[in-house]
Amino acid sequence: MSEYKFSEDQEKEIASILAKYPFKTSALLPLLTLVQRADQVVSPEAMVAIGKRLDVSPAYVQSVLSFYTMYHTEKVGKYMILFCINISCQLNGSDKLLEHTAKKLNIKVGETTFDEKFTLHREECLAACTEAPMMRVNDTYYGDLTEQRIDQIIDSLD
Amino acid sequence: MTQILFKDINKEGLHTMKVYEELGGYQSLKKAFAQKPDEIVAAVKASGLRGRGGAGFPTGLKWSFLAKDVFPRYLCCNADESEPGTCKDRELLLKNPHLLIEGMILCSYACQIETGYIYMRGEFHDLSFIMDKALEEARAKGYLGKNIMGTGFNLDIHTHLGAGAYICGEESALLNSLEGGRGEPRMKPPFPAVEGLYSKPTVINNVETLCVVPYIVNEGAEKYASLGTEKSKGTKLVSVSGHVKKPGNYEIEMGTPTSELIYNLAGGIRNDNKLKAFIPGGSSVPMLPADKVDTPYDYESLAAAGTMLGSGALIVIDDSVNIVETTLRLISFYMHESCGKCTPCREGTRWLYQIVERIMQNKGQLDYIEKLEDICGNMSFKTFCPLADACVAPVVSSIKHFRSDYEEYFKNVGVSS
Ligand SMILES: Cc1cc2nc3c(=O)[nH]c(=O)nc-3n(C[C@H](O)[C@H](O)[C@H](O)COP(=O)(O)O)c2cc1C
Ligand code: SF4
Ligand code: FES
Repeated sequence: MSEYKFSEDQEKEIASILAKYPFKTSALLPLLTLVQRADQVVSPEAMVAIGKRLDVSPAYVQSVLSFYTMYHTEKVGKYMILFCINISCQLNGSDKLLEHTAKKLNIKVGETTFDEKFTLHREECLAACTEAPMMRVNDTYYGDLTEQRIDQIIDSLD
Repeated sequence: MTQILFKDINKEGLHTMKVYEELGGYQSLKKAFAQKPDEIVAAVKASGLRGRGGAGFPTGLKWSFLAKDVFPRYLCCNADESEPGTCKDRELLLKNPHLLIEGMILCSYACQIETGYIYMRGEFHDLSFIMDKALEEARAKGYLGKNIMGTGFNLDIHTHLGAGAYICGEESALLNSLEGGRGEPRMKPPFPAVEGLYSKPTVINNVETLCVVPYIVNEGAEKYASLGTEKSKGTKLVSVSGHVKKPGNYEIEMGTPTSELIYNLAGGIRNDNKLKAFIPGGSSVPMLPADKVDTPYDYESLAAAGTMLGSGALIVIDDSVNIVETTLRLISFYMHESCGKCTPCREGTRWLYQIVERIMQNKGQLDYIEKLEDICGNMSFKTFCPLADACVAPVVSSIKHFRSDYEEYFKNVGVSS
């Protein structure tokens, strides 16, 4: 296993993250997020490096990581589409729209497109229920979805 | 209707220090710093403010429970907002971050706290930048930092992002998550006020709760207490979603009839369908049938009607829906979010799911409803945290009010779906 190296910018961010907390284990989630934003996944090498930085074992890092749904250890698409199917979105037709999206991308829910551009997942409530049906693509929320709007959004991403 | 939290919510630039201060922001600090910390706690008690995160615990009382003379103490603002149906905190964070900071400064002064965290759900990554920017502005103004406004009081506040787990909204799970662990709830007691973050006395309050405090300090506890009903004071943000024409977050005075929210503020039922059911306080509270729609929206009236105000999320369901479908979706949510620590919750949610799914596949047997009720009985009040009870709520209430929706499926038993 090769050693994981943080970039210079990442080192700066790590320093400012650590400064927030009296105990450094609190920086675990923020560091995992930092790594995943750069690499799209959290690799075993990164787990070791984060563990070292925070004085916890890689196994501990992994046990925490596995608790949270937003971390990935396997490759995902450039665009992660999280489609809310919880109650307010369900009442507003999310199931049909999700089906439409999967068809458009030519994948099943949970899969990644061949070109590794899109991953499509079902998601629980995203706290935007008054804009239902809604989805999140990477960091952006899109509400009041219709089939046309979904097509437009997907076609506009490159 | 009196607007406290949403008074200027759509003003251009409200999220900036400049506009916020032009509209009277941060004025409460001077007033507060002229008083003793205990006086602020007393005012919040007198205002009758209760926690807006779901449990409705009196806020001033919570603050007064902090272990005496133990320092440092921490403040954690619960911005995890993940109760299905709820999206009011997101609007406050997005449009009025300084109101939360002002409220957190007041709480910290009152409780002698020098470090605060805003725990935001991971999906709020973009909002955390807005909040970080607002915190930076507050530091630059000297509202955060050392010796704030010459009082000798020090405070800094930081944002902290979660990473996708509903249970982290539960306050003790939130603390574990903030400490860098798995978000599993802790045994209580000790309560966070005694042993919270890093085992130190900790106040945990919802975003909306903290956002009310500047009003109480500026206008006085009596003025706040004069709003609402005898026991449910003040105003409440309600997220109205589902089958309404104008879904949105609305601020109402406590005690406003639920029908006013649905038919007036939210414009009535879409497609002019008929109201079938509503869930008044987020997915974790029992649903009510349409004939209860005039129930005043406040803690006591909703409790008397057999449900709860919860997080203030009113989910409206019209008569085009079979309630069993909605119920299955909610069970699926709780099954997915159960942290797995206790057996009745981990297994019970799954059993409920399997049984209701079979019913929907027309494979049910008549005793399935009793089975569901039996499992629910073995989950309620038998777990570490209230997540299991939350899963039970839609099941029991849907059976109680909409048994015939289940029976629809039994008519077709044997006919594959
Ligand atoms: C499963 C579960 C999820 C919760 N989620 C949230 C949440 O997302 N936001 C919140 O403010 N409170 C949530 N709560 C309530 C908190 O435990 C706690 O009561 C609240 O943050 C206290 O603040 P308050 O007194 O200002 O309401 C949740 C509780 C449970 C049991
Ligand atoms: S009730 Fe469920 S979510 Fe709560 S601690 Fe037990 S297993 Fe975890
Ligand atoms: S139910 Fe879809 S955003 Fe809340």
